This record gives sequence, C-alpha cells and structure tokens, in this order.
Amino acid sequence: MRASLFITCYNDTLFPETGRAVVRLLERLGVELEFQPRQTCCGQMHANTGFRGEAFAQAKRFVRLYREAETVVIPSSSCVAMIRDQYPGLFEELGNEALRREFAALLPRVYELSEFLIDRLGVEDVGATFPHRVAYHASCHGVRALCLGDRPYRLLAKVHGLELAEIPNAERCCGFGGTFSVKNAEVSSAMLAVKLQDIVSTRAEYCTALDNSCLMHLGGAMHRQYAAMRTIHMAQILASTEDCPPEATP
Amino acid sequence: MSHAVPSRVVLDPRFAPPFPQAALPVLRNPQLRKNVAHAIDVIQAKRAKLVGEKTDWQALRAAASAIRTNALENLGAYLEEFEARCTAAGGTVHWAADAAEARRIILDLLCQEKASEVVKIKTMTSAEIQLNPALEAAGVSVIETDLAELILQLGEEEPSHIVVPALHVNRSQVREIFARRMGLKNLSDDPKELTNAARTYLRGKFLSIPAAISGANFLIAETGSVAVVESEGNGRMCLTLPRALITLAGIEKVLPRFQDLEVMLQVLARSATGERMNPYTSLWTGVTPGDGPQCFHVVLLDNGRSSILSRPKQRQTLKCIRCAACLNACPVYRQTGGHAYGSVYPGPIGAILTPQLMHMEHAQSLPYASSLCGACYEVCPVKINIPEVLLELRAQAVNQERQQAGRFFDPMYLGLRIASLLFARAWRFHAAQRLGRIGLRLFTRRDGWIHSLPGIGAKWTQTRDLRGLPGQSFHEWWATRGKEAK
Repeated sequence: MRASLFITCYNDTLFPETGRAVVRLLERLGVELEFQPRQTCCGQMHANTGFRGEAFAQAKRFVRLYREAETVVIPSSSCVAMIRDQYPGLFEELGNEALRREFAALLPRVYELSEFLIDRLGVEDVGATFPHRVAYHASCHGVRALCLGDRPYRLLAKVHGLELAEIPNAERCCGFGGTFSVKNAEVSSAMLAVKLQDIVSTRAEYCTALDNSCLMHLGGAMHRQYAAMRTIHMAQILASTEDCPPEATP
Repeated sequence: MSHAVPSRVVLDPRFAPPFPQAALPVLRNPQLRKNVAHAIDVIQAKRAKLVGEKTDWQALRAAASAIRTNALENLGAYLEEFEARCTAAGGTVHWAADAAEARRIILDLLCQEKASEVVKIKTMTSAEIQLNPALEAAGVSVIETDLAELILQLGEEEPSHIVVPALHVNRSQVREIFARRMGLKNLSDDPKELTNAARTYLRGKFLSIPAAISGANFLIAETGSVAVVESEGNGRMCLTLPRALITLAGIEKVLPRFQDLEVMLQVLARSATGERMNPYTSLWTGVTPGDGPQCFHVVLLDNGRSSILSRPKQRQTLKCIRCAACLNACPVYRQTGGHAYGSVYPGPIGAILTPQLMHMEHAQSLPYASSLCGACYEVCPVKINIPEVLLELRAQAVNQERQQAGRFFDPMYLGLRIASLLFARAWRFHAAQRLGRIGLRLFTRRDGWIHSLPGIGAKWTQTRDLRGLPGQSFHEWWATRGKEAK
C-alpha cells in the first residue's frame, strides 16, 4: 500500500510532531509513504472567509500534486471536509471540465487518517500503548462533515493502557471556526470557555482530536488557564509505543 | 436583574451594530446568558427525545425537504392556485411587493372595517415589515395575544427567538412587567399566577375587538386553506371571535397539497417545541357563513423573497418553516441570544435570511456570525444547508467589499491576500515559515509559548496562548530523512 501525505499548512508549520507521528504509525503498519514537498494549503481559510478565487487556486494545486497518488492521507478532518464538501462546488463554478473530472477521479482516494486506518487498511488495533486518561474531542468537521462516527473511538479502544473519558455535550463546537476566532473573537472565546469547562470536567490528562485546529484553540486556552490537561493529536497517541512514547513538545 | 436586557436593542439591520459589537453586551450579561442557555437546553432536550423516538426521522426529513423544494420550484403556479381557491371560498387575496405596500393594504383594510383596535397572533412576518409601529402611528391599538409577544409588548422589549420570542426574559422579569403594566401590585412570579394575569387581561380583548391579524404557518394551494399552529389557544380565539381576519403570509409559505400537512406538521412540532403535536392547529378556508370571521383577507408578501428565489444556490433559504431548531442547536446563538443578530430573524437562519431580505451592505457581519460547525444543518427538518448558504453569502460580501478602496488595507483582508500569494508557491511558503520563526521569536517566552501578539493577533491572544513556532517544520524534517519524494 502506498500513500501520499498531505500534511497541511498549519501542521507543517506549527505541529510537525503530528506529521512525524503519522509517518511512524503508517510505516509501522507497512504503508509506503511519499511526501510532495510542493504542497502548501487546501484553501479552507480562504474559502471559509469568502475568498473563493484564492481557494480555487489551492484546489487546483491539490489536484495537480496528487492526481497520480494511489491514496492521499490527511491528518486533519477539517481539511478533508474542505476537499470533499467545497472543492466540487469550486470546480463546478470556476474550473473546466477536464479538471473537474480529474478531481472526481481523485476524490475517492482521499482519506482522513482514521478513515484510512479503518476503511482502507482495515485495522483497529494499531499496536499502540498510551497509559493515560484521554478525552476525545469530536471535532465538528469530523462528526458532521466526514461522519467519522465511532471510528476514532474504535481506534482509541484498542490502545493499550488508554482510559477513555467521555466529554459532556461532546458534539458542541469549541468556537474555533478558523477566522471566526479572530473576526468574532469574543463570541468564540465565550464558546471556548463553555467547551473547556466540559472537557476539564472529565479529569483526563490529555484531550485528543483528529484535527489540530481545534486542539490549537483548546490547548491555547488550557495553557493560558494553567489547566491540568494537555492536547495531543490522535496520530501521536496511535504512534506511541512502550519504547517510544510521544515526543515532548512545549 | 434590572440589567438583564441590553438597552437600546435594534432589530433593524439598517441601523443595528455589526454582530461582534452587538454581541458584547450579552456576553457581559451573565443573567441573560443563563436565561438563554437554560431555555434552549430545555427545548433541545425535548426535541432530541421526540426526534429520537421517530425511527423514520431521516425519511420524514427528506420528505419535508422534497415538499418544500417542489413548492418553491413551482411557486408561481401554486400561489395562483391558492389565490383562486381562497377567492372561490370567499376570501380576498392581496399581493404586496414590499413591506410598505403590505402595511398600507392592512391599514386600509382596518380602516374599511372601522377597527381602532386589533388583536394579533404571533407572526414574525409582521415584525419583519414593522407592522405594529405603523398601525399605532395610524391610531390603531394593537394587542399581542401570544403570551411571549404580550410580555414583549408590555415590557417594550424586542423578540430574541423565532418560536420563543421572550426567551431572554425570566419569570421575575415577567412579574415586574405585568405588575407595572397591568397595575397588579401583589402579583407573584408563580407561572400559574402570571398566566392567569395574562388570561384575564386578554379575555376582554378577545370578546370585544372586531378585527384580528394573523400570520400563516402554511398556505395550501390545493384547497385555498390557511394553517396556523400554536400552543396557547390565543390563536384559536383570534381566528374565530373577531368579525374580520387579516392574514399576512410570505409567498414562500405555500404547500402544494393538503396531504403535505401530514409530513410538515410532524416535523414542525417536533423541531420547534419538542412536542409530538402542537396543542392547537387551526385550519380554515375562506369564509363560512355564520361561523367565524365573515370578512377574510390574505396579504401575500414578497419583500425580497422572489429575488432569493431567483438565485439557485440561495433558494433553499426559503424552504424554512420557522421552527427555530437551528437557533436552539447553534453554539453561537447559545452564547449571544437573538438580539445580537440585529434582526427579527436571529440565529443561523437569520444569519442567512436577513442579508438576503435586506440589502447585503446592511448585514455584512451576519454571514460571519457562525463557526460553520454544521449543527444547524444537522437539525434542520427541511434540510437547509445553512453553512453552504453562509459561504455563498461570505463570497458575495468579499466581492462587494473588494470594490471598496478602504477595505484594501483591512488587516485580515491584507493577510488573506498575502497568504494566498505564499500558498501559490512552496518556496514562498517555506520562506515565510522561516521569516515567521524569526519574527515570532520576539514574542515567544522561555516556556516556548506566545502569550501576547500585536495587531490582529491580539484577537487570538486575548483569551488563548499560542505555541511558538517549532525550530523545524515537517517538510524540513522529511528532507533530513534522506527520502526522495516522488
């Protein structure tokens, strides 16, 4: 099995440890990985703020870079949602027929990480060990756009030593919403406060998700408030073994 | 308690402050936020339970969506069919192109009836056209008969929810309003006592006032009937006791067949109030001699609706049946309540409806009043993809703003345009990462975190820290692995 990684702009810049964990995890499972060094961004930030032309440029770029790939794996549910939900409209509105067809052929080979593990590789037990109490944050795009369902929970259930804590009102948004967190900073912060209360009430050591954007938001507030909890991308938990726990980050 | 409602709420998008500013007084008001969160949590829980017991909910939702889509795609024909049937049954149908025309028609009809007082059933459409102030200015006393609307009218408050308009007011505030306006000094805040006070106040009005104004939940093309659903029986009184009845309805309210009510009434009650069936469903067709109002008029209101209909991507907005499930599900509305939306239509549906009904330049902040979490779409009983319409409107807002020279230097717009140039070439993106690493070092504390940023970044760091940029990006790490990328 060969897979091309689309690591996404903010993971590349801010959370390289997530990308490294994806590499460790998938190579351990026997996947042959490739990485297109020319990749940048999926265009979600632009599309969601109304900059459709700019988003379309990124969509075109994505198709050109990955059209030859056997599969594409993306450790960010909101970027996958962008590709699945918004690219078709962009290609229809701004693209040409050839491009649209190329994209349609590529789309079924694009996977979010948990989808790739369960649907494509058919594994639930990835041989991970992570002896901690963990709360799983079901990101909005994971739940409602990708309909990941119980996939993340099935993967976490098979991690040795992991104790899963359930977050009350699990499907309520954390208030990030990309540029929403800046354009409507105060409302976003109010939503964040409510969400954080629910997450901290689990008394977990870690809050995990399949999307570093929510985790950047939640983790930033946890750090500000000296909360007794840290955030960690699920790839890092799934890559973790007894001999090789997740890398330390600030 | 006396500060529970922000002063000077403006529900007219032409004059209301932008959403982020309008939300501030609410965010600073714990009592109001508590009222809102409590009320919608109660409705949400009831809805979840009753939707959960319907094993065919998704099929029902699909059917409701299909009925509404069909109604809109053939709207002209169905409206004409409605007009013909209603007229044949003794009703009179009027067509109003905009709010002013609708107000004029209604006022003329009340003059003809020599009605100096009128009782009203809760209707959002009348709030949309600002009917009450127009009637009062012309010397017609308006009496709202829905309990929540009565509270708002007597308290001189503005509605903050489509179904539960006084949701932001708690019962001790209701007690204060009733005691003051009805002259009941010893009134307690016991809900039973409050309801009794309202009942006594209204009963006399129902029996004496000769004219009523209603909205419509549905118009039935096939039979020319009008349907109104309500919970208190005040509607039934207004629809049966007065001599004259005027119904104001948006043109999108039409359903093709009587049979469609089977689906629509099921999804509406469950979505709106978390009930299997609403307590009162009134259906009438024209005039019945010797029974009910002997003079019946329907005012069909366009007021921007046909322009929404003409835009294929936005047309779905008009499928809305005003159940407000999207408001109750929305994590933004849960924090801000309705007034921040500066419109009689708040919440996610308001965020898409208001900018389309009004001119976009008056409501440019509304399509951005959402984190795009998708909870609204998930609960919508007629499957309006609200996030999709929000994005469409955001794109239109950007296109409009691009014409404005001042916007060129807006920090966010500038940032997004620069980001777009960087993302177009990997080398530019990588150079920006290296520059950013150096630039942000100034702000990064010894613990590796950024606690404070200048400019637009301060919007982030006002409540959250940001991890400093790591020394090596992923692609740099990958290159050091000595692997050849394809």
